[in-house]
Amino acid sequence: MVLVAGVDIGSLTAKALILEDSKIRAYAIIPTGVDSEETSKKVMNIALEKAELRLEDIEYVVSTGYGRVVVPFANKNITEISCHAKGAVFLFPSVRTILDMGGQDCKAIRCDASGKVLNFAMNDKCAAGTGRFFEIMAETMELPLEELGRLSLEATDAAKISSACVVFAKSEVLTLLRRGVDKKNILAGINEAVALRVFALLNRVGIEKDFAITGGIAKNIGVVRKVEEKVGLRALIAEEPQIVGALGAALFAKEALEQVKK
Amino acid sequence: MIVAGVDIGSLTVKAVILRDNEVVATSTLITGDDAATAAKTAINEALKSLAERGMSVTLDSLDYIVATGVGRKEVTFAHEEKTDVRCDAVGARHIFPSVRTVVDIGAESCKVIRLSKKGRVEDFTANDKCASGTGMFLDVLAKVIGVGVEKLGELSLKAKKPAKISSMCTVFAESEVISYIHRKVPIENIIAGVHESIANRIFGMMNRVGVEKDIALVGGVARNVGVVKALEAKVGESILVPEGPQLIGALGAALIAAEACGTA
Repeated sequence: MVLVAGVDIGSLTAKALILEDSKIRAYAIIPTGVDSEETSKKVMNIALEKAELRLEDIEYVVSTGYGRVVVPFANKNITEISCHAKGAVFLFPSVRTILDMGGQDCKAIRCDASGKVLNFAMNDKCAAGTGRFFEIMAETMELPLEELGRLSLEATDAAKISSACVVFAKSEVLTLLRRGVDKKNILAGINEAVALRVFALLNRVGIEKDFAITGGIAKNIGVVRKVEEKVGLRALIAEEPQIVGALGAALFAKEALEQVKK
Repeated sequence: MIVAGVDIGSLTVKAVILRDNEVVATSTLITGDDAATAAKTAINEALKSLAERGMSVTLDSLDYIVATGVGRKEVTFAHEEKTDVRCDAVGARHIFPSVRTVVDIGAESCKVIRLSKKGRVEDFTANDKCASGTGMFLDVLAKVIGVGVEKLGELSLKAKKPAKISSMCTVFAESEVISYIHRKVPIENIIAGVHESIANRIFGMMNRVGVEKDIALVGGVARNVGVVKALEAKVGESILVPEGPQLIGALGAALIAAEACGTA
C-alpha cells in the first residue's frame, strides 16, 4: 500500500487530499488564513485525522496552489495548472479542456490524454468571474453564496449586466435592485456576464472535448449552465470540484514516489 | 449665437454654454438614472446662471446642442452627438493649443488620445469595462481608507514612502490596502501607493498609444493633485491640467456646436 498526499493552498481555501494507491482515502477543505504555513499544517492534520493516519505514514507530499512554496512538509511543489489537468484527467479520462474557476483567479487549460498541459490562459489580474466576484455579488444582493446558482435557474427574464468587472457589475446590480428587478433575473445576468468572460479565456487556449469545470465555482449550477451554453458542450464536474488540484498534486506525489523507489 | 455642449458621464453630467465662442456658463450635476433628463437639467442650470446675469436664453432657443459622453445617445433633443474622444481633443486643444496627448480620467473610464500637430485624433485607447485606473477605483479605496475622495490628493503629498500596490484590479487592490491598514502603514503612504497604481495603469495605456508632448490631463480625477504628480513622475514630463478639468468634454462639444453654426 502506498500513501501519498497533495496539498493545494489557494487564495481563499486550502485543500489536502490523501491518496491510498489510486483511491482517495480522505480530504479536507478549510479557509486559507493569514498564515499560509499554519493553514497548510491545519488542513493536512484534518485530512490525516479523517484517514486515521499520521504525517509519518505519508511517503510523499506535493504542494500546489498560490501558497505552494510555504508548505513545510512538502517534498516538492508543482503549479496548480499542471495539478488541475492531472486531477481532471484522472477523474474523467476523456477530458482535454479544463476551466478552473477559483477564489481569485480563472484558468483555461488544454491537455493531452495523460493530463500533460498543452496550453493555458489565466486571468489572475482581475477578480471578474472568480470566487471573490460571487462573494461580493452575494453580499450586494443579500443572498447566501451557495444559493446563487439554484436561484438563477429560476430566472424568467435575465437582466443585462454589461460588465464582468466586480466594481462595475456591483453598481449595475445596485441600480437593478433599486428599480425592483427580480434578484433571480439579476443573478442570471451576472452569470451571463461571467460566462462570456471565461468563454473568451477558453477560446484563447482552444476548446477540445471533453470539457470539465473545476474549482469552487463549479458548484454554482447557474454559472455552469451558462458556460455550457457558450461552449456548446456539457461540462464534466467532479463530485467535489474544489479538490481536483489537490488530487492532481497527490497523483504527482505518487509518480514521484515510484520514481524514487525505482 | 448661443450654443451648448453637454457631456453625460456615468457619474456626472456637465454642460458648457458658449456665446460667440466664449464660455458664458457651466454646470455639473449628478447624472442619476435618466440621461436625457440629466442633460436637460444641466443645461437649464447653466442657463439659469445666465439669466441671473441678465441674459435670458431658453433651452429651445439655443442655436445648436452637441451631446457627448456615455449617455449621449439618449439626449434626443441634441442636434448632434459626438464621441468623447473627439470632444476631449477639441476641448483640450482649445485651452492648450500645444497639446498632443490628452489623458482623460473620468468616474468609470480612462482614455489616452494622441493628436497630430493640427489636433486631429491619430490614435486612442480606452479602458474596457474595468474600473482600474478610473475615479471608481479611487472612490472604492478612499472608502476603505476612510477619507473623502477630495482629500486624497493633498494627503498623498505628505507621503514619505508610497506603499506598493501590485494589483490593478480594484477588488484585489482593496485587499492590499486593508492589509496595509492592519499593518499600521501611514495612510498618506497608502494613498500615494493608490495614486501610483493609477499612474502605472495610465502609463501603460499611454505607451500603447505613444506619447507626444505636450500632455494634458482632463476629467474629474485631474483635480486630484496626487494623481497628477504620480503620473508626472512616471512619464518624466510635466502635465498640463486645465481649470475645471471635468468640463473639457462638454467644452469640446460646445465648440463643435459653435463650428456647426458657422461661428467658429
